[in-house]
Amino acid sequence: MKDTVEGHVTADGRTIGGMLMEMRNITLRFGGVVAIKDISFDILEGEIRAIIGPNGAGKSSMLNVISGFYHPQEGDVYFRGEKRPPMRPYQVARMGIARTFQNIALFEGMSVLDNIMTGRLTHMNSGIMAQALWWGKAQKEETENREVIEKVIDFLEIQAIRKTPVGRLPYGLKKRVELGRALAAEPKLLLLDEPMAGMNVEEKEDMSRFILDVNDEFGTTIALIEHDMGVVMDLSDRVVVMDYGKKIGDGTPDEVRNNQQVIDAYLGVSHD
Amino acid sequence: MATSAGAAEKLTSIPGLLERNARVHGDSPASREKEYGIWQSWTWSEVAQEVEALALGLLTLGVARGDHIAVIGRNRPHLYWSMVAAESVGAVPVPLYQDAVGDEIAYVLGHCGAKYIIAGDQEQVDKVLEVEGQIDGLEHMIYLDARGLRKYDHSSLTSYKALQDKGRAAKVDLAPELKRRSAALTYDDTCVMLYTSGTTGRPKGVVLSNRNIIETSKNSAEFDHLSAGEEVLAYLPMAWVGDFIFSIGQAYWSGFCVNCPESPDTMMTDLREIGPTYYFAPPRVFETQLTNVMIRMEDASRLKQWMFKAAMGHAKRVGPQILDGETVGALDRFKYFLGNIFVFGPLKNTLGFTRVRVGYTAGEAIGPEIFEFYRSLGINLKQLYGQTEASVFITQQKDNEVSADTVGTPTPGVELKISESGEVYYRSPGAFVEYYKNPESTADTKDAEGWVATGDAGFIEPQTGHLRIIDRAKDVGKMADGRLFAPKYIENKLKFFPNILEVVVFGAGRETCTAFINIDLTAVGNWAERNNIAYGSYQELAGHPRVLDTIQTHVEEVNASIANDEMLSGCQIHRFLVLHKELDADDGELTRTRKVRRRIIEEKFSDLIGALYDGSDRISTVTEVTYEDGRKGSISATLEIRDAAVSDGSERMAAQ
Repeated sequence: MKDTVEGHVTADGRTIGGMLMEMRNITLRFGGVVAIKDISFDILEGEIRAIIGPNGAGKSSMLNVISGFYHPQEGDVYFRGEKRPPMRPYQVARMGIARTFQNIALFEGMSVLDNIMTGRLTHMNSGIMAQALWWGKAQKEETENREVIEKVIDFLEIQAIRKTPVGRLPYGLKKRVELGRALAAEPKLLLLDEPMAGMNVEEKEDMSRFILDVNDEFGTTIALIEHDMGVVMDLSDRVVVMDYGKKIGDGTPDEVRNNQQVIDAYLGVSHD
Repeated sequence: MATSAGAAEKLTSIPGLLERNARVHGDSPASREKEYGIWQSWTWSEVAQEVEALALGLLTLGVARGDHIAVIGRNRPHLYWSMVAAESVGAVPVPLYQDAVGDEIAYVLGHCGAKYIIAGDQEQVDKVLEVEGQIDGLEHMIYLDARGLRKYDHSSLTSYKALQDKGRAAKVDLAPELKRRSAALTYDDTCVMLYTSGTTGRPKGVVLSNRNIIETSKNSAEFDHLSAGEEVLAYLPMAWVGDFIFSIGQAYWSGFCVNCPESPDTMMTDLREIGPTYYFAPPRVFETQLTNVMIRMEDASRLKQWMFKAAMGHAKRVGPQILDGETVGALDRFKYFLGNIFVFGPLKNTLGFTRVRVGYTAGEAIGPEIFEFYRSLGINLKQLYGQTEASVFITQQKDNEVSADTVGTPTPGVELKISESGEVYYRSPGAFVEYYKNPESTADTKDAEGWVATGDAGFIEPQTGHLRIIDRAKDVGKMADGRLFAPKYIENKLKFFPNILEVVVFGAGRETCTAFINIDLTAVGNWAERNNIAYGSYQELAGHPRVLDTIQTHVEEVNASIANDEMLSGCQIHRFLVLHKELDADDGELTRTRKVRRRIIEEKFSDLIGALYDGSDRISTVTEVTYEDGRKGSISATLEIRDAAVSDGSERMAAQ
């Protein structure tokens, strides 16, 4: 088992700190189906960590384990050096973990602003009555939350659609709004489940820039699942490769690219 | 008005005006910008402090008198302040078009030898860094929005805020120097240098002195009774002379507030929220707005459509007269009043024009229908004629003397003459000092007595004394048989059809005229949707036979309308094609102010022009296109060439 890794600086000048999260020998079963088989890996503070693998490899299940939605039958999740007891997703959210979904999960009838505001729920303390009456603490709290949200809107350059119902937006923008909602929670760890799926080149470039900027500006640690290899290799600091629920590779993009097992399972051979 | 104290004071520079405003209008808003969903505002005294801090910061960088400081980015208060700060340290601000590509920036920076650049964001910084190798003398770059720039090498890069902080910290040491420099500014010092959009050849740096800017601002502000209470929205490119005059010249002279939109996409919402009292837009903007209104009305319920039609019909009849204060019957007035409550008022509110007291359009001819539409709503829309070299104003229309086809009478202080060849000349306090580092061009344009050639052909209407512009003087040519060829005139007539976005007419030295046409994707796309015509791209829609049919009827209509014109009947369009791509500034086909560059188009599409004249009915072509990020690609297409019916004017006249 690896000890806590000392902070180091990446090629492009970002400081990557100590251990943020560690998966130790995780096994997850659904009845007789083994989705994840004895996997261990870690996520360091400040890095962009990618999880890749063919369809059905167990990537999304892994993300669901991290987000506390699934409880593995075996193995432990350590967060900042402490073993995490089985938790409800909202408790995990309170710990500073936010996510986006593979299939967009927004409130279609609500405006962009309101959707992003839901990301602030974990930061609201006033009671339901106070909020309904917009009384006392609720009023101050809403102003503060709105300020955070406006910064997110500015950051994602979606000022023009602030009041537009999400249902009327094109796909690429919905993805951006979903990222906005996750950012509104001011997470320490951001989980992105296929942030680029179904996007055209321009939208992918935009999204890549946002992911890099989030990591750079807010120092947010990011774990992402993605199929577009170009994107993964460009964005991430380290990559975990999964196949049939097992880990078959782990390392920097270059290491992974040259790993024979990974090539066989996933990347394929270039026919020169 | 704020000018009362003017005589006694030394109002000979923009920093001088700022000082006066901070004293006289200290607590009223000077700049506003929508950020984080809220309008943030700065009073004149706050602006004075911001400008001072930045000017001191510039001094810490070692900016010398006469250095050029380039400013590039979207309209933001901080960038406007940068230009004032630059002037107050004796440097020359040079605003650049924010959508200019690397090469264009490299040329301008190299030409003026800019040592410092104040850039809006990462995108602009990147563009400059990309061409850094091609320019010497660049010493330091300042950026406004830090996003994405954290990792950049900061040895010659500083954030705007950090520079201001540095300036504030050095205030004790440097304030006397700053004071000395701004006090030394005279009427003859350069206020700003603006690069012309370059309809022909490379852009030229137009040097405008404080006299040019301040005298022009003063005269034009008095002409329209602009006061400190005006509100304007700054959304046009900062590198354009008009924006400099409206958002700095007139704003600092009159002491009114300049509002900057949140982002280019939110312009229309921001316009509504601010409700400017003084508004400028090129005809294109008015056209687009009108097109949008019409499209949305088609989707409205029957009742609303009926109300709109009835009210607009009445407004067309009496609206302009009411606006001009002419006598209109009581019943008509009452009907207009009702229309205002139910239709015009809400419509003006939607468009953001509720409070517009003075509106201007210029740059291109505006369609009479469009012009009348806005005027009948009760919006005081007028036309002006100007150019960079004149600090904008040459002629403008008086409040009660407005018409769609003239550009008005000379602005106070401007003298006008028409040369024998028909070219318009002017002499005014706003006439530019020189083209920077280009004495030949200066001498070609401006003579010893101060008369400046506009390059436009026009005449003064005998009855009204108003100036009327026909075309660029060099574009007005002769056809093979000696008849007059005025392409712009025809192009404008065609462009008044909502389906047509852009037209280029050819025919100089030839027997007949032909045309390239660009369809308007909004209007034609909407029509296609209504008629169940499926299309996958601009190119596909542009080549659709039914679209071509529609365009053909437009061309024929125009042909018929000029057939009886003795002078211009030769300009009827015999053959045309609809281009497979939109003419674009990135491909060099339009200037950044969206004017057609004829020579370049003629060269680039020479095969298409050939086909227009050799009688073939279709032509295959491959065209290179430049994407927004600078990469190049190509599109190939087969275009259909149509013959349009022309009528022989002389026969018809004889028949009549």
